[in-house]
Amino acid sequence: MDYSQFGAMLPELIILGLFLVVFLLDTFTKDGSAKRFLTPVTTVLFGLAAVAIWLIPSCGTEVFGGMYVDSAACKAIKAILCIGVFIVLLQSSEWVESDEVAIRKGEFYELLFVTLFGMFLMISARHFLLFVIGLESASLPLAAMVAFNKKHYQSHEAAFKYIITAVFSSAVLLVGLSFVYALSGGSLYFDDIRAAIAGSEMSGLLVVALAFVIAGIGFKLSLVPFHLWTADVYQGAPTAITSYLSVISKGSAAFAFFVIFVQAFGTVYSGLWEWMMYAVIILTITIGNLFAIRQKNMKRFMAFSSISQAGYIMLGVMTESALGLGSMMYYIFVYVVSNLAVFGVISAIENKTGKVGMDDYDGLHKSNPWLSFAMTLAMFSLAGIPPFAGFFSKFLIFTSVTASGSMPLYMLVLVALINTIISLYYYLLVVKAIWINPGEAKVEAFRSAFTERLALWLCVGGIVFFGLVPCIYDYCVNTAALL
Amino acid sequence: MFSNILIWFVIVPVLMMAGLACCGNGNMKAIRGVMVTGSIVLLAMAVWLVVDFLGLRASGVADEMLYAGSWMWYKPLNIHLAVGVDGISVLMILLSAVIVFAGTFASWKINPLPKNFFLWFCLLSTGVFGFFISIDMFTMFMFYEVALIPMYLLIGVWGTGRKEYSAMKLTLMLMGGSAFLMLGLLGIYWHSAPEGGQLTWNILEISHNNSIDAGWQNLLFCFTFVGFGVLGAMFPFHTWSPDGHACAPTAVSMLHAGVLMKLGGYGCFRIAIFLLPSAAQELAWIFIVLTGISIVYGAFSACVQTDLKYINAYSSVSHCGMVLFAILMLNKTAMTGGILQMLSHGLMTALFFALIGMIYGRTHTRDIRQMGGLMKIMPYLGVCYMIAGFASLGLPGLSGFVAEMTIFFGAFENASLFHRVFVIAATTSIVITAVYILRVVGKLILGPVHDEHHLQLTDASWWERLSTVTLILCLAGIGFFPNWINETIQQSFVPIINALNLAAV
Repeated sequence: MDYSQFGAMLPELIILGLFLVVFLLDTFTKDGSAKRFLTPVTTVLFGLAAVAIWLIPSCGTEVFGGMYVDSAACKAIKAILCIGVFIVLLQSSEWVESDEVAIRKGEFYELLFVTLFGMFLMISARHFLLFVIGLESASLPLAAMVAFNKKHYQSHEAAFKYIITAVFSSAVLLVGLSFVYALSGGSLYFDDIRAAIAGSEMSGLLVVALAFVIAGIGFKLSLVPFHLWTADVYQGAPTAITSYLSVISKGSAAFAFFVIFVQAFGTVYSGLWEWMMYAVIILTITIGNLFAIRQKNMKRFMAFSSISQAGYIMLGVMTESALGLGSMMYYIFVYVVSNLAVFGVISAIENKTGKVGMDDYDGLHKSNPWLSFAMTLAMFSLAGIPPFAGFFSKFLIFTSVTASGSMPLYMLVLVALINTIISLYYYLLVVKAIWINPGEAKVEAFRSAFTERLALWLCVGGIVFFGLVPCIYDYCVNTAALL
Repeated sequence: MFSNILIWFVIVPVLMMAGLACCGNGNMKAIRGVMVTGSIVLLAMAVWLVVDFLGLRASGVADEMLYAGSWMWYKPLNIHLAVGVDGISVLMILLSAVIVFAGTFASWKINPLPKNFFLWFCLLSTGVFGFFISIDMFTMFMFYEVALIPMYLLIGVWGTGRKEYSAMKLTLMLMGGSAFLMLGLLGIYWHSAPEGGQLTWNILEISHNNSIDAGWQNLLFCFTFVGFGVLGAMFPFHTWSPDGHACAPTAVSMLHAGVLMKLGGYGCFRIAIFLLPSAAQELAWIFIVLTGISIVYGAFSACVQTDLKYINAYSSVSHCGMVLFAILMLNKTAMTGGILQMLSHGLMTALFFALIGMIYGRTHTRDIRQMGGLMKIMPYLGVCYMIAGFASLGLPGLSGFVAEMTIFFGAFENASLFHRVFVIAATTSIVITAVYILRVVGKLILGPVHDEHHLQLTDASWWERLSTVTLILCLAGIGFFPNWINETIQQSFVPIINALNLAAV
């Protein structure tokens, strides 16, 4: 075996190395002494790793017989996710030092890096075996993370729900893959599948296989009708984990979805399964929106909001073009910074006061003007209001979807646009609670930790800056051409 | 980029926002300082722009858009930040600058959170100015939405009455309009060049390429016209307007009715009709019916209202309907009238809302049944109110007369029975307008004093006088010297009339 092939997997190796460093530090330091430095050391090391992943060039090589590809687009999405993880680490640094969690903080970082490693494999996989390995290592440790608040029954319940659905969806996916294996004549390489089913009739077996694969990945992305676990898990999990789950896990799965459906099943992209996708996207956006309206708990609220956002991300899959993939990656980037800004505020308030209800935000601007300001911008960005980045990402993804000029796609965009109005309504409910609802502030004035503020500033900077300045979008579209 | 004067109309409000962000929250002096300086700079720039524009035109520069500039923004989709103005946009910029200036003084004593109020107010102005300077559809749409969203907070936080309901209704309805608008713009973009050509968002290039086939034009025309029509308060999408205006704080009503509703008319003119001329000819009748209903229905509704702001809001529905009605007549005279009506209505309605705000600030009611004889109590405000009323009902010498006469003359040029019937129906609104204006003037201004307590009230203060005098001077300016405006906008109709003639062949 040619071990130099591992050289192409540099991002994964960096994360793996980081995992080992944290693991050794955690194991061989004593509680209370050197362990104090675990959090800052890990955060700084990860920051350096993220910079390294941004900077290393991608060669476009395929290794391990084409199972793994080191392409520009894969590296770009990994780099984007790394920014998100860095922000999550900053946001969680206060929480991991709390009494209840501090003793296990090493585990938190280890599990987090393992899942990130799995997601990176998922992104780069061009063979279903490697993809499933990535998927499993990305989802099973997450269940342990969801259960991290040992003493809260909700956390246990959430973890239980999560692991059941994760395992079940993996099973569904694997059944689908076994059908695909039969159809492709005994290969699980994306290219082979594509070649084998090109021009074939839309057989019953193919439809079932596609439906199972969509369902399997749909669970990870919490697309409707596979979304039922989302709200409970988001609510029960510690907020740091929820934000990780909602942006990083979702972003990587969305990218992998695109790769699979363009590279493996692109040739049968018509007829039945196209309509299947229309239905899934419309349902995801609409149901996510309608349920979000009624939520009173901020974390449940964000769960439904993120379901509908996943629907918008999925619009990128319908384009099947480099422009669409680029717009989708850019959407993921904007979604990462906007959503993390919201979770930054939620977790800051929850850490200080334990309040997560939407009516606890009444009059927040009187006590915490800066948090209110960040939350307002983030809500506007999620709703797609200019001049914030969310407007640009929505506009660009809609533009790329209508590129083919087909009438069904126009109608799909129309439905998505009408849904932006519904989403604007519930995002404005939060703005209304903060600025308009009468009465004294229910959350007293406080100053959050430096790392939390830094994370929020990074998010707000991203929201304000990267819409008006097109560099990230250009980068995404340029790299998307080299999938 | 920064050597282009037009860009500065966006930069100055942004600088004002930066300046405000540096002010302390309760430091009224600093906040007012920033706002007054900024709005004077904007006004001066707008006046200079008009003078320089006229100079350039007089020296024979015949380009469609002057001061044009274009900078690449989102390269993969060929999105530019493209700016340029013709006579119409120049006047709209002047109108906006005047109203921002007057609005600043009208909200001299805004409370609570003055700093945040002016921050959102400046963001609103950024959107308005940005919209009028853009000639790239993407930039235009972006600024359009920038102008819409601050309304939510401005009404929700600083408004009166059922402000939460109204703010939400207004925002959602306008955003709903912009959803349709966006779909229309996307369609225009993907058909903006013949097969194989470079697609573009630039409206001049799109009109020049003229490559959208008739079927798509019809679809896109409906999307864009409805999209802008919602903001232009076209029946049946006008219902946000009465509630929104009634609950908004004074300066926001002024800016919204005065300028923002003009965005609708301007957009219909610049995008729906200019870029989709054959659909405009084919489908104009649908919207003539709808705007005809707006005109008459708005006027009748105003007759039965008792809240001053509702009266004025319905009157705005009627007058803004007139703008769209005029544009849909698709000939030069009527369109000239439409532009005049935009200016006239913008100034007049801003004056109305400013005065209503001032009266409400004193009497704490807007119900005309609970007030009377204001002429005896506050003669200055009473006289101003009468002037605004006369402008509204089209008294010669003020702007309303010039605008409405031109519209009806132009509209009657269309020889078909359908057009004539609707023009005649629309002219009845002049009479109905007189009814509701004179009813208010008679009861509120001239009638007997209704409430003894009102006798203690004071007349206008200096900042209120400054605000109203500016607007009245502009109103009379248009009324006495309409030719000057006419000359400014003359040449702007050439491309659109050419496009319409080309499509008619």
